[in-house]
Amino acid sequence: MSAVMITRKVRKWEKLPGKNTFCCDGRVMMARQKGVFYLTLFLIVGTCSLFFAFECPYLAVHLSPAIPVFAALLFLFVIAMLLRTSFSDPGVLPRALPEEATFIEMEIEAANGNVPAGQRPPPRIRNVQINNQIVKLKYCYTCKIFRPPRASHCSICDNCVDRFDHHCPWVGNCVGKRNYRYFYMFTLSLSLLTIYIFTFDIVHVVMRSVDNGFLNTLKETPGTVLEVLVCFFTLWSVVGLTGFHTYLISLNQTTNEDIKGSWSGKNRVQNPYSHKNIFKNCCEVLCGPAFPSVLDRRGLMQEDSPASSTSAAPSSSSSSNPMSQTMKTTAPLIPNEHTPDDAKPSIAASAEKSDSPKEEDPPTPQVPPLASPETEADASLAKDKAQ
Amino acid sequence: AFHNLQELRHSASLVTKVFVQRDYSEGTVCRFQTKFPSELDNRIERTLLEETVKTLNSYYVEAEKIGGQSYLEGCLACATAYIVFLCMETRYEKVLKKISGYIKEQNEKIYAPRGLLLTDPTDRGMRVTITNDLAQRTSSKSQGQPTTGHILVDTTLFVKAS
Repeated sequence: MSAVMITRKVRKWEKLPGKNTFCCDGRVMMARQKGVFYLTLFLIVGTCSLFFAFECPYLAVHLSPAIPVFAALLFLFVIAMLLRTSFSDPGVLPRALPEEATFIEMEIEAANGNVPAGQRPPPRIRNVQINNQIVKLKYCYTCKIFRPPRASHCSICDNCVDRFDHHCPWVGNCVGKRNYRYFYMFTLSLSLLTIYIFTFDIVHVVMRSVDNGFLNTLKETPGTVLEVLVCFFTLWSVVGLTGFHTYLISLNQTTNEDIKGSWSGKNRVQNPYSHKNIFKNCCEVLCGPAFPSVLDRRGLMQEDSPASSTSAAPSSSSSSNPMSQTMKTTAPLIPNEHTPDDAKPSIAASAEKSDSPKEEDPPTPQVPPLASPETEADASLAKDKAQ
Repeated sequence: AFHNLQELRHSASLVTKVFVQRDYSEGTVCRFQTKFPSELDNRIERTLLEETVKTLNSYYVEAEKIGGQSYLEGCLACATAYIVFLCMETRYEKVLKKISGYIKEQNEKIYAPRGLLLTDPTDRGMRVTITNDLAQRTSSKSQGQPTTGHILVDTTLFVKAS
């Protein structure tokens, strides 16, 4: 039986599980819902455009040309920070490949011992001692790893993120270890920009009203009304948010930990990551090392796809063959919780689906590949790929 | 050739991947346990593996060190709206390059002669793996009787082999 196989090189981002969208051939990584991010961009760019159009000509002449120049610099900084936050990898932890998942499962089994039938197995938690405090590491059923301390699983992006802070719809991405400082700089600079525009709007209106009268001024520069409105509402939210995050940074806490109350209360563990010094905490969070991404998005990998779905494609079926053997021994252990977008683990999934017909243990070397289970695996593989 | 490889995989009754766990006792800094995995008992001397892990740990400490240089890098980068990160290599990236060079050297000198392969933690989300180098095993085991047991097949190696 001859088969034509197409081997093509794909970038790794195309096969990453999780609900992210990638742009520019893997250079840009965002969440799926980007609508609010476009709104943020629109509000910032729109308001600043109005400012440059209506206020700046007057203020540059009557007050100082430095005013629009500084506004422009601040505006560029805000946009740069926003794009950095939105487009970068927040610190996503790659999921465990099948061998690692199985290895961890085996360790858990060994640790739990024999659980009597009918009884629930104990929760999958590992205790570690950090800085004389006991911290519990939870097992992530989706990513099949024990999460490192401070990592959390984002249900919107379906990834485990290191030092997970929160998922921000305004920036269209998670905020985690790698982009937290950009997020903070964004909120800080946006607060400054908002205060700046708001202040100079008022100054402009006052100055012009002295000459022309209040109503005339509003007629001449209608944009001012819009700007003041946007700035007023933005001020309360963004300045408040900046203040909140400044508080968190001084304590070296994440939003996630604050919401869950991980370190608050007498009976609970005290924050083991805090240096107990506001300055040190700020320095670590804002001026710490720039962590590189551990997700190789632009790396190349081989993808074998059968030319036709009916012919037995040796590579895809033989790769599902040993997988199903593995899955056979471990299928009852690994909870079958996977997202529909799983691309790489889809081979394992298809192998799990073809588990039942493969009850006969194929220990003898079978050179003409197992005919019937193969086509089953093949069909489910094709089905998975079609998803 | 494919199917021969497949048969040989079926006949391997040994775990093909061993994972060196992360050590979180110092916090979130990247650090690996020096505890020796029992599966490697006959494969490599304890001291050699310990030495490798300790050196890796010291590299990561250097990369994540918070001191004068990291502050300078952070403040300078902030002043340029972090655009400088697009052209410049950060200190962490420089250390990662050193690490991959070290791992390559260790593989050549120590691990490959023993039929093992150490993977770079960056490839696995900062999790270290030591793999049974398949090339060595296939040469030694030919048409052995396949046995049942925990068979972990390394799909990434499989992809490379094809």
